[in-house]
Amino acid sequence: MDAILLQVLNGLDKGSAYALIALGLTLIFGTLGVVNFAHGALFMIGAFVAVTLQRVLNLSVVTVDPEKKDFLGNPLQVQTPYVESWFGEAAGQAIINWSVPLAILAAIPIMLMIGYVMERGLIRHFYKRPHADQILVTFGLAIVLQEIVKAFFGANPIQTPAPDALAGVWNMGAWLGMSLPYPAWRIVYFIFAAIVISGVFAFLQFTTFGMVVRAGMADRETVGILGINIDRRFTVMFGIAAAVAGLAGVMYAPINPPNYHWGMDFLVLSFVVVVVGGMGSLPGAVLAGFVLGILESFASTTWATTTIPGINQIIIYLVAIVILLARPRGLMGRKGVMEE
Amino acid sequence: MSKFEFTRRGLIKSGAAVGAGLAMPTILTRPAYSYTNEPKGGTVTLGFNVPQTGPYADEGNDELLAQKLAVEHLNGEGDGGCLTTFTSKALKGNGILGKKVTFVTGDTQTKSDAARASAKSMIEKDGAIMINGGSSSGVAVAVQGLCQEAGVIFMAGLTHANDTTGKDRKANGFRHFFNAYMSGAALAPVLAKEMGKDRRAYHLTADYNWGWTQEESIKASTEALGWETVNTVKTPLASTDFSSYIAPVINAGADVLVLNHYGGNMVNSLTNAIQFGLLDKAVNGKDFKIVVPLYSELMAAGAGDNIKGVLGSMNYNWQLDNEGSKTFVKSFGEKYGRPPSNSAQTCYAQVLLYADACERAGTFNPCGVVEALEGFEFDGLGNGPTTYRKEDHQCFKDVLVVRGAQNPTTKFDTLEIVEITPVANVTYPPNHPMFGGDEATLGKCNPGA
Amino acid sequence: MFGLDKRDTTLFLFVVAITLLAPFLLNPFPTESALAQFNAGYPDLMQRFVIFGIFAIGFNILFGLTGYLSFGHAAFLGVGSYAAVWMFKLLSFNIVPAIILSVLVAGVFSLAIGYICLRRSGIYFSILTLAFAQMSFAMAYSVLSNPNFNLTNGETGLQVYADDPQILKGDGPDFTHLFGLEMNTTKTLELGAWAFQFNAGFYVCAFFMIIAFYIAMRIFRSPFGLMLRAIKTNQTRLNYTGLNSRPYTLAAFVISGMYAGLAGGLLAVTDPLAGAERMQWTASGEVVLMTILGGAGTLLGPILGAAFIKYFENIFSKINDTVLHSWFSFMPESIDNFLVAILYPFVGKGWHLTLGLMFMLIVIFLPGGLVDGGQRLWNRITGKNRTQAEPVANPKPAE
Repeated sequence: MDAILLQVLNGLDKGSAYALIALGLTLIFGTLGVVNFAHGALFMIGAFVAVTLQRVLNLSVVTVDPEKKDFLGNPLQVQTPYVESWFGEAAGQAIINWSVPLAILAAIPIMLMIGYVMERGLIRHFYKRPHADQILVTFGLAIVLQEIVKAFFGANPIQTPAPDALAGVWNMGAWLGMSLPYPAWRIVYFIFAAIVISGVFAFLQFTTFGMVVRAGMADRETVGILGINIDRRFTVMFGIAAAVAGLAGVMYAPINPPNYHWGMDFLVLSFVVVVVGGMGSLPGAVLAGFVLGILESFASTTWATTTIPGINQIIIYLVAIVILLARPRGLMGRKGVMEE
Repeated sequence: MSKFEFTRRGLIKSGAAVGAGLAMPTILTRPAYSYTNEPKGGTVTLGFNVPQTGPYADEGNDELLAQKLAVEHLNGEGDGGCLTTFTSKALKGNGILGKKVTFVTGDTQTKSDAARASAKSMIEKDGAIMINGGSSSGVAVAVQGLCQEAGVIFMAGLTHANDTTGKDRKANGFRHFFNAYMSGAALAPVLAKEMGKDRRAYHLTADYNWGWTQEESIKASTEALGWETVNTVKTPLASTDFSSYIAPVINAGADVLVLNHYGGNMVNSLTNAIQFGLLDKAVNGKDFKIVVPLYSELMAAGAGDNIKGVLGSMNYNWQLDNEGSKTFVKSFGEKYGRPPSNSAQTCYAQVLLYADACERAGTFNPCGVVEALEGFEFDGLGNGPTTYRKEDHQCFKDVLVVRGAQNPTTKFDTLEIVEITPVANVTYPPNHPMFGGDEATLGKCNPGA
Repeated sequence: MFGLDKRDTTLFLFVVAITLLAPFLLNPFPTESALAQFNAGYPDLMQRFVIFGIFAIGFNILFGLTGYLSFGHAAFLGVGSYAAVWMFKLLSFNIVPAIILSVLVAGVFSLAIGYICLRRSGIYFSILTLAFAQMSFAMAYSVLSNPNFNLTNGETGLQVYADDPQILKGDGPDFTHLFGLEMNTTKTLELGAWAFQFNAGFYVCAFFMIIAFYIAMRIFRSPFGLMLRAIKTNQTRLNYTGLNSRPYTLAAFVISGMYAGLAGGLLAVTDPLAGAERMQWTASGEVVLMTILGGAGTLLGPILGAAFIKYFENIFSKINDTVLHSWFSFMPESIDNFLVAILYPFVGKGWHLTLGLMFMLIVIFLPGGLVDGGQRLWNRITGKNRTQAEPVANPKPAE
């Protein structure tokens, strides 16, 4: 029982990452109709916003300690972060410790900006071009972005730990009288994902802006004829999509240390999730994210892998095939979106 | 696009020119080589085939730095490095056999296909006579096979699977790095000493060839101690999150977790294991422990604070206290500003060993080099006394057991040496069942051409 | 000639000439010169040009004509390679049975996958093919290479061992051969400062590429090809006329799968080791990029795209800082260092960056791919203004 509940928690946790990535992608891909192969790169950049902030906060004054020696036998250079020398050691360390949550504040404007520039500078010119051209240009962009990150941060993963207060283990089963230890930050991630997802839905559902965007998704031309500048709203939506992807990345950094290759690792998966959810459907993408996350967790159990060897390797794709064959437009897809 | 309009006349003219070219007397064809890429001019070309893109790019970069340093030292530039400490004094710092050493580089991408393509281009286009480098066993076995066919020498870089000098051993291939069996043999006594003989181990294993051989080796040597193996779980190579593999460990009744993972896989699985608080638990009345049989400096850097107290093994560590090691660390550190990693040291040693073998053999002919390296005993390259065994071209030397340091003073001493396991304890017969048994043979050395 | 009209005959002869003369054309720089770094005329890369050319030509029959974007074609390349290596292991190093089996196995495999995937269209089709290919890759990488049932030899790649049966080998050669002609046989012709390499494996592959190109050309010009174009233009309308379009798309899918199988078989012929990465999504993505980059739906485009990507992968990745310094060493040291510092991020370990930038520049400035660029250049040179003239290979559908 405990084991099952733990895997449910794992599934929800994986699922919230998949859902966040897919939500951002489907805003661009499912609704604007742009095949954005650079979406994984946006997720990766988000994580590197956290890495960068951590590096910035760790910028240090260098003093030489003649007592100690470095590996060549020269006097050791001791580094004290500026924030520690400015705010005192305790406060400085606390600021560094909380760098990932702080990075959320930094990531929102940065990612909105990146999304805006990407859409205005590049993607805008590709709305009317064939999907093949969109694939080529966004794939090229994804490579360029990840290579730039590699040039600055190298290829090795970089630890970006969660604040100590949220780094421990919470017993999720305490109120059920069970022992269900689960990493605190993963719970935080799940809650965060729930907030962001509801935020995006509320924005589209309850604001006039969102209403116009939804109308534009359904019928762009008519909305345009009504005299509404739908293009500008789509630019904003692109920015929001980039921000959602970026935030998913920032928060994911403490779970697994980010590396420059993350974008490509999550790219294929995010497309599968969006399509399984159904093209043009935001709730579909979120639902598919959680379904695939939970199924993946259960497929990794010893019971599953001994029953069907290798099931953990292929589960995502197997489920995708079954769903797409059973339901022609995925879980909740709209008719006529990217079907030809 | 199809509007390239040729005139009939133009076609005939160019056709005639081509025909004349092909009909040239054979005097113009290149004089025959007595072996592949025999160096004819004043230089000899080595091929450095390392991952430059993909997850192991930093590892590859480190190897490349070491290889460049080795070339400098061979050509008599820089401070001479381990040429001064190497027990064989054949190398004079005037290149190899009087020829200046040059090199070409390529990108393996850590894929067998790409690595072979890049090695082939070095052999076919640049005339490389030896290929060195790499950071995975799949690549090492694939490139080793290629070098055997092409008739050049392969000096493996980082490759830890038993197969490289086991069932896939080749006469033209040599491995300086240690292997999974040696990791198991070196770790087991330390594990027994630190954790006792009554432990229950849970293995997470990367689901491909290297992972399996390591799991097999560690399992065999720990079970010989009296440990019990509770479960062995294979994890897909492409996994990024290991939570669903870590969570079941909590209730499995195991008190040791063995992570047969390398690179990014290991960084993530260890990070996840710490997140789940495994190290804070006590199971069966004992403190829970984690073991990472194969460590590298880059993995340690990636895993950060999570490696504190975690045991593992290494081929080499810059903190080793011998003349060769100190000289190499000084040479590398002064040039690049940081100590060398163990894959860097392996590639550096391999280049020097190859050059030295050529000098002693008096030829670049692969068969001569093979003969010079087989059974070669040496010291002064950093690992202490070492032998290149004749039967399988595997180096035998002491193996280091290391542990993540609790209070590192710099980012370079995050690993501390716990024990230097003497070579006698990690030696095995060449026909050991984990190494292909009696059927595994080197075949014959191939000089190509 | 050959059942082609005049213009196509010219194009075909052009391709034949370029392919056969590749050892000369790809080695324009003298061997010892600094620019020799850019020579691509060595056996392995020339083989890759034509083999991936075949792969892309086949992919283009599906994607360029019907518009169905498969994201899993590498799976067929992979099974082709495995089939060929298994023939080497079981029979002998003779390449004929290996190539036949690789095409057949890839055909059967693509028939099965195509039959299922073609029940959906658009992005749903793409994801289904991707899913099948990724499953094949995962299985080949680990499950199918376990010691009890080792079909693929996993990470290391399937290869021929000395203790394999090879029942027909006898005293035959120890390397892949065509009735005794070993595929790694290379004759070098030295003309002054130049050295040209003629490799048996390359010419075998070139022979197959010419055949493959010819067949593709005939398909493009046939009623069957017209039907495929009709599917791309408006499948719904086609269905309303009472035509069942699925057999046509399935035929195109299987044909392109067999092309991929042939390419995979030839990869094994030139180098008898089949790695599982051949089936990964990145490999499937690569052929998509090759085709789009060259110009989807054109005859010559896919070959150009394949050559372009393989050239970057094999030539640019090998330019390291030592090479750069050797180029600029005639300049004052500060300028030398400055130029190297600027260029180094784009070559060697940064070759991906250049590739990504090239993708973006080409698609932004040459909407029709490399073929489009070539055409513009040709028009500029000949001074013709043919903006009204339609590209032959890509006629606009009559609406």
